[in-house]
Amino acid sequence: MHEVVIAGIGQTAVGEKWDISLREMAFYALEIGINDAGGLRPQALYLANMLGPALAHQSHMGTLVADFAGLQGIEAFSVEAAGATGGVALRQAYLAVGSGAVDTAIVVGVEKMSDQTVSNVGAAEATLTDSDYEAEQGLTPTGQAALLMRRYIYEYDPPEYAFGGFPVLAHKNGAANKFAMFQKAIRPELYQRAGMVSEPLNMFDVAPAADGAAAVILTRPELLPKQFAHPLVRISGSSVVVDTLALHDRPDPLVFNAARLSAARALEMAGKTKHQIDLFELFDAYSIYAALTLEAVGYAQPGTGWQLTEDGRLELDGELPIMTFGGLKARGNPGGATGLYQAVEAVLQLRGDAGGNQVKNAQTALIQALGGPASTAASHVLESIS
Amino acid sequence: MDIPRHWRLRKQRYGLVGEVCESCNAKVFPPRDICPECGKEAKTLYTFSGHGEVYSYTTVFDAPAGFDETAPYTVAMIKLDEGPLVTAQLTDLENRKVEIGMPVEMVTRKLRNATDERGLLVYGYKFRPVMN
Ligand SMILES: [Zn+2]
Repeated sequence: MHEVVIAGIGQTAVGEKWDISLREMAFYALEIGINDAGGLRPQALYLANMLGPALAHQSHMGTLVADFAGLQGIEAFSVEAAGATGGVALRQAYLAVGSGAVDTAIVVGVEKMSDQTVSNVGAAEATLTDSDYEAEQGLTPTGQAALLMRRYIYEYDPPEYAFGGFPVLAHKNGAANKFAMFQKAIRPELYQRAGMVSEPLNMFDVAPAADGAAAVILTRPELLPKQFAHPLVRISGSSVVVDTLALHDRPDPLVFNAARLSAARALEMAGKTKHQIDLFELFDAYSIYAALTLEAVGYAQPGTGWQLTEDGRLELDGELPIMTFGGLKARGNPGGATGLYQAVEAVLQLRGDAGGNQVKNAQTALIQALGGPASTAASHVLESIS
Repeated sequence: MDIPRHWRLRKQRYGLVGEVCESCNAKVFPPRDICPECGKEAKTLYTFSGHGEVYSYTTVFDAPAGFDETAPYTVAMIKLDEGPLVTAQLTDLENRKVEIGMPVEMVTRKLRNATDERGLLVYGYKFRPVMN
């Protein structure tokens, strides 16, 4: 594989964006990314979108976005792997550029979750589970997370509100991120008083579905001018792993095996251990998933992932900063774009451009996007090139 | 909606019919043709007893379209006596408090809203507390 660097990044503010269309939002992120890359023109566009066919009645979105951006004549198509979509699309671009088949590729993630009613969004999201055997029983992705949290509590008996540390940290970090959906810290009491969504999950255990678009541009370093406008970030590890689609098909549903394997393979490829990671953008679609991910990747023993939120260990100046720009909970969870927001945020950290969210001396980042309860896991290791 | 899809699943849905692996005797539900225990082919039909216990459960308040008329409802993972886990709604709970480990048995009930836009009724397995 050739060395692959991220030459440009772009993101739009996450939230409910009724005044802007899917294609416009994608184009904004793409345009910011291309400008950030000094006007580098991609030969391929990989479009990350999770539910456009169901929620925007639009398939064929790679072509839609490339066309709208005036990029007719290049290669383009869309990629889908539920919540892992953005990470899987990033890997697609990494493989294309790393193999030498494509000089410069852009990955654009875009999602519009706010145009439809809650019950229509719920029905669309339910198709991300096993339709015949989970969705047909009325199960949704949020229901899956609730089943896991209930079982976790039964098996490990953590204290009440054990998972509250994750949303409290997410909101604290989101406060300084001007692209975040929620830019306000919350007090633990707010978590403790929050209404139930799907017992035992409360509304602060669930990252909000949102609109948003983000883009990254990948190329080989020798194709860039010597004096480039900003530091480059190398993709040194990349892995996508799948588990069973349905939760009930696993010998132990509390083990996120794909998250474990994909992080381990990406780290091995980068020649790093998990303790050499300066920050970890994990997939906190639900607070229980943050705990299960920390356990799967090996930062905590089974049943103890929630304990890491104590004593500031996961904060920006802690031993393992996570969700450094607010994570899915505070930044918002724009479906197929989420994995690209994680990449953009990690690049800002590694460039030293993270402002009030900066992790000091950040050199190496791990990012991981999950599709469903880690039915798919996409992990990347990013490193600053000094 | 999807009439052939529901018709194809009638055996699994009404009778909890899965498979048994001829190599290692593992019972498989939902059917998947490749044994999850030994990786060999598993195509011999096997009818489950319909007995098991609650492995985990939750109550869904914000139901997706198609299920909203029946919300709130309780959906669970059931550990079947023969081994596999299955996702299913709990029914006939009346005022019983659900608990992990509670014994349950299969019954056949309507799965979705009374009718969808084409008048199709979808029936399938749910589980209820074992009456003693
Ligand atoms: Zn077998």
